[in-house]
Amino acid sequence: MLEKALKGSPLYWFWLFFLACVAGVGSMAYLYQLNFGLGVTGMSRDVSWGFYIAQFTYLVGVAASAVMLVLPTYLHHYKAFKKMIILGEFMAIAAVSMCLLFIIVDLGQPQRAMNVILHPTPGSILFWDMIVLNGYLFINLLVGWVTLQAERNEVAPPKWIKFFIYLSIFWAFSIHTVTAFLYAGLPGRHYWLTAIMAARFLASAFCSGPAILLLLAFLLKRLVNFDPGKEAIKSLAKIITYAMALNVFFFLLEVFTAFYSDIPGHKAPIVYLFSGTDGFAQWTPFMWLAAILAFVSLALLIPAKLRDNHELLPWTLLFLVLATWIDKGIGLLVGGFTPNMFETVTEYIPSIPELAIVLAIYAMGAMILTVLWKIALGVKQEVGHF
Amino acid sequence: MYNAKYIMPGLVIFLGLITFPLWFNVLSCTRYEAPKLALPADQQECIIDTKVMRAEHMTLLNDWRDKYVRDGEVTFTAANGKLYDMSLMNTCMSCHTNKEQFCDACHTKNSVYPYCWECHIAPRGNQ
Amino acid sequence: MSKTRRDFLKLAGACACTVAASQLVGANAQAADAGHGGHAPAVAQPANQHDNALHGTHWGMVIDTKRFTDPLLVQKCMDACHLTHNVPKIDGPQELKWIWAASYLETFTEHNHYLPESVEQRSFMLLCNHCENPPCVRVCPTKATFKRAWDGIVQMDMHRCIGCRFCMAACPYGARSFNFNNPRPYLDETKMNPDYPTRMRGVVEKCTFCVERLAQGLMPACVEASDGAILFGDLDDPHSSVRKALASKFTVRRKVSLGTEPSVYYII
Repeated sequence: MLEKALKGSPLYWFWLFFLACVAGVGSMAYLYQLNFGLGVTGMSRDVSWGFYIAQFTYLVGVAASAVMLVLPTYLHHYKAFKKMIILGEFMAIAAVSMCLLFIIVDLGQPQRAMNVILHPTPGSILFWDMIVLNGYLFINLLVGWVTLQAERNEVAPPKWIKFFIYLSIFWAFSIHTVTAFLYAGLPGRHYWLTAIMAARFLASAFCSGPAILLLLAFLLKRLVNFDPGKEAIKSLAKIITYAMALNVFFFLLEVFTAFYSDIPGHKAPIVYLFSGTDGFAQWTPFMWLAAILAFVSLALLIPAKLRDNHELLPWTLLFLVLATWIDKGIGLLVGGFTPNMFETVTEYIPSIPELAIVLAIYAMGAMILTVLWKIALGVKQEVGHF
Repeated sequence: MYNAKYIMPGLVIFLGLITFPLWFNVLSCTRYEAPKLALPADQQECIIDTKVMRAEHMTLLNDWRDKYVRDGEVTFTAANGKLYDMSLMNTCMSCHTNKEQFCDACHTKNSVYPYCWECHIAPRGNQ
Repeated sequence: MSKTRRDFLKLAGACACTVAASQLVGANAQAADAGHGGHAPAVAQPANQHDNALHGTHWGMVIDTKRFTDPLLVQKCMDACHLTHNVPKIDGPQELKWIWAASYLETFTEHNHYLPESVEQRSFMLLCNHCENPPCVRVCPTKATFKRAWDGIVQMDMHRCIGCRFCMAACPYGARSFNFNNPRPYLDETKMNPDYPTRMRGVVEKCTFCVERLAQGLMPACVEASDGAILFGDLDDPHSSVRKALASKFTVRRKVSLGTEPSVYYII
């Protein structure tokens, strides 16, 4: 099936070329970082994780969100998602690949990464994260490829793949739960030390991931006239609505707990993020933007009339993705590290090389996604499924 | 065979290129000459027989490193009963004071680049 | 919780004593002393030691903060440590430090109002707390940071660290530093300690309670430089200087509520 990726329109090739250029520039930045060390980033002794780990966290959610298509299809025999389920699985592959790359570029000694396997430490959550992420990548490659092959041969998928499909459902929940445990189990980091961290992660994953998928599906409709179906869009939008409502609700729970208990340590990160501390308020506008966009997107999602309006829906989804990305793709990290362990503030400003590397990894992810979707749509076209 | 006229010559070229260092050395008659090492003038014996050291020094250093750093062991007893500190900088390099003409001479020639010296400090009196 | 665990360790240690008494006979006299004090070591001291090595089963530190009113003493302790261990001087937020000074408010984040001025103006020496229950060890995915079972020191294996910085996120005391860059250019070559390595870029580092000096029979560098303002000894030994100080003076530890059980105490 790989040959499907080799034939495409000039636009397809131009797009891949463009992504390769972005990835190339970022790779140069990475070589620079490899030679000089992580000192070229904006990270510091106090904010010791930054954009890389934040993007990793966000994309684990995107990867996990494929389950929002797989679960209704295979556990509830819901037919409407059948047509686009492969897109979700392939998006998970691209997202997990980006996650692994973000971990690698964040390591101070990437050439020693194999130490995690050579000296396995089951007590470390990072060890389990390595296992669940690689496992999820493998499962999605296997399930995606086998089901697509079956679709191409116009036969039912082999029976044994069912096992891996059901496994992928549990596994999707595990990847984001384990990623939440990376944060939730650390003493002294009040913003992360919360029992609902995993629940928050899953809620934000199950709204942002499908939202990105749906946005891309709208794009596909324009570009290649692939229509996932009205029913599928309607259902997915409904899932996004519930998940986003939960996501916002969970965040408000955090706010209540922090401010009603009035415990200074619990309030401090939220105060810093939304109004600043000791005159440091760099992220305040972003956090308020996220909050406003979150409520606007909810207001546009909850009334069925607005939700089913396909002129409006892409904008709603865009707001939602932006809101969740600011919340999880930067606010979560910065809030965990600020104020620092001495209750003072060191602000984090990502550097240019750092941002170039982030862009490069997104470009690589987009390349993986483009090629995989090209293959999937090529097969669907061949057998006349769209 | 499918597309044999492309694949066969391609394979030959590939194998030729990948084995280039082997036959190039055979044809050009280059012989490996062991580099001359600067040996400590005032010492008669190493902590282990020289032959063993030549072949196994990296294993010994790895072993020392784990014993010293992780297991808290400090001394090493040589076969003749003499006690040494397990230390690259303070034991090995106190005799082998010339890193360039001892460590590097062989390592460079054999394209081995251990990163010991990124942290460990090479002996000062390096003449 | 920690009581029961310690009791269990004691029991395990006692069992080990009876079953393998002959093996423990070889262990040093100091460990036997500690056993005499009611804290039988659960783990035998490592073999192949120098005769003069200092032994303990739970090293700890007591810092007399009343003595740290002189900035020169603070600097003397910092220099002693940083010069001994080739800790580079880098200004700005990517700095590295093993021991440093902070104000009362920064050191004890849960604090009272209306403190005596003398306390507010004191310097508090901060360093790795060598916790009994260290979160940094728990999170490390490669065992690059680990607790020495026989003496409680939280040690780093620089050869194994992959630089993921999970330990920095996990340490509630901000005791860990990361080599964002190659540290060598930031070291004064004429002042480098030729007996101790530097680090390379991309690994985490921190205070080690001077394990290399203890093995040579020396006290930690900061203790030696502090003119008696910092005490160091075996917390398991009731006759040690640290235990005597703890028994006679009021002390506090940092962030006790987190359950990490620091081994560094402050006399206020």
